[in-house]
Amino acid sequence: MSVPILKFDAVVVGAGGAGLRSAIQLSEAGLKTAVLSKVFPTRSHTVAAQGGVAASLGNSEEDHWRWHMYDTVKGSDWLGDQDSIEYMCRKAVEAVVDLEHYGMPFDRVDSGKIYQRPFGGHMSNFGEKPVRRACAAADRTGHAMLHAMYQRNVKANTQFFVEWMALDLIRDAEGAVVGVTAMEMETGQIAVFHARAVIFATGGAGRIFASSTNAFINTGDGLGMAARAGIPLEDMEFWQFHPTGVAGAGVLITEGVRGEGGILRNADNERFMERYAPNAKDLASRDVVSRAMTTEIKEGRGCGPNKDYVLLDITHLDPETILKRLPGIREISIQFAGVDPIKAPIPVVPTAHYQMGGIPTSYDGRVAFLDADGGNAVVPGFYAAGECACASVHGANRLGTNSLLDLLVFGKSAGDSAVEDLKTGKAHRDLPADAADHARARIEAIDQRQGGVSVYEARQAIARTMQDHAGVFRFANMLQKGVAHILEVEKMVRNLEIRDKSQVWNTARVEALETENLIEVAKATMISAEARKESRGAHVRDDAPDTPEFPNGRNDKEWLKHTLWHREGNRIAYKPVRLLPLTVETIALKTRSY
Amino acid sequence: MERAAFERLRWRCTRRGMLEVDMVLGRFLENTFGKLPESEQQAFIELADYDDMALWRLISARNECEDTRLAPIVAMLRECT
Repeated sequence: MSVPILKFDAVVVGAGGAGLRSAIQLSEAGLKTAVLSKVFPTRSHTVAAQGGVAASLGNSEEDHWRWHMYDTVKGSDWLGDQDSIEYMCRKAVEAVVDLEHYGMPFDRVDSGKIYQRPFGGHMSNFGEKPVRRACAAADRTGHAMLHAMYQRNVKANTQFFVEWMALDLIRDAEGAVVGVTAMEMETGQIAVFHARAVIFATGGAGRIFASSTNAFINTGDGLGMAARAGIPLEDMEFWQFHPTGVAGAGVLITEGVRGEGGILRNADNERFMERYAPNAKDLASRDVVSRAMTTEIKEGRGCGPNKDYVLLDITHLDPETILKRLPGIREISIQFAGVDPIKAPIPVVPTAHYQMGGIPTSYDGRVAFLDADGGNAVVPGFYAAGECACASVHGANRLGTNSLLDLLVFGKSAGDSAVEDLKTGKAHRDLPADAADHARARIEAIDQRQGGVSVYEARQAIARTMQDHAGVFRFANMLQKGVAHILEVEKMVRNLEIRDKSQVWNTARVEALETENLIEVAKATMISAEARKESRGAHVRDDAPDTPEFPNGRNDKEWLKHTLWHREGNRIAYKPVRLLPLTVETIALKTRSY
Repeated sequence: MERAAFERLRWRCTRRGMLEVDMVLGRFLENTFGKLPESEQQAFIELADYDDMALWRLISARNECEDTRLAPIVAMLRECT
């Protein structure tokens, strides 16, 4: 069976914020650009981002990109690369202005300037006091952003391939990326997209965890493809968790609920936060609350038949207050927890929210990683941006509203870099003769296998293993066991069987292929987390506690470095953190405290 | 509904931008859709084409559905737990 070859200058995989932003640069530069997406672009997960986009416009009060940079370095627990962070914070204003030109309906103040609101961790004057830096379009910032950028792409003649799933990266003998294989879901047809530049913007992989706020679409497809193509994944041990996701569903219960007087209780009906944070109690910071909840569950004081969640109680609040001050919470609770929070407490667990690590890139969006000689080797023809990439600006912990900024700034820089690289030489590199063989073999194996493991069973095993062994608060022995478990689960994934053998609209096949991507991310996360023997940002281990020698458990002498997980042999390597910014002085190491 | 059309609908219902919408539409499709008369199935398909934010506002009762053909489906989605 011959495989059709579609030729483009550039192929962007993923049509969320980062993909759409890079495609604008490519198409407007006159390059023939294809964007592949599993779903219609405006249904990408960027739509769920409500908070806003950070930029030091200084519209409401004095602000400066250097203050934003300081906050981001501090937020990252000094693991973020300071050149990338300077680049992002300096480019933030331009990113917002560009969006305005695309028709983004930002909220405004009376003078007509963009309205800005405060957001956790964003401060003025190098951490002095909160500053209003987040630009938003009501509570639909991500939604408005996608619509504005999709329209701009339509105008620029970007060609969209909707309901196509990218399968594998194609590299030639020299290691350059020359395209991707992809499958059209409607027909089951595989095609080769032959390109001079491939940009990955495939989003995160939150679905590796049993409890995740991520939409079902977030299966880490780009990370799986990169790993299979021999590209390491960076800092995958760092995942941001939100303390209160509805148990069993993952849907977020906003922090506002605790702000209005919500109380966390264990199986003994005890307000346990009084023991962990006597002053702030239920209003302690996210990580403190998440760790306390995990400890309660681990020590057997969780609720429910499996003792695997705690309760968020607002039954003591006036029902009018709940309805007025916490709109939608009652509906969410009824819909996803099956309880009316006016009458009964809501079951909650810490829930995976954002992936800080990803495909290693420089701030210009080019994929690059440490080669055998210790240099930063660029992979020709390959770029990545957004949550699937690791520039690295978020380091060990991301600040709110920096995710939308990340995808705008690095989506643009990836597009610009590809445009620049494509100026020299017009020819496509040759496709290897076996360009489609790998993807085709994977699909044939799934289609033909009998007596294997169901996709549901394999996904459950991944999610349970990750949640139990590499959750918000990590224990050395659990991580060690987790590595062994996830390698066992990998064997299940290598043995997937689907009952539906149809060519047309075979969603079982697509889900099996997604599962093959999830397992790569799961392994990268577990193995990287086990290896990092310190606490830093979102990676917190019980055997790396807060001590005078190592405040917050952070050990800069040994662990101020990025993890690189290689799929082959599950090998871990490390590369230094780039502490030197582009034009300003290094923000010196210090203990992260708020 | 023929297999391919149903699978396409299933994909479009359970691969949304928002987890909340994935879950509600997925459950509805699994538990309720097959029991509906064709006219209501068509109304659901139309509703599933709405943007995630618009749909979530309807499901979470922050907005009311003004289209009388679709309103009964919205009511069912709100009850779909």
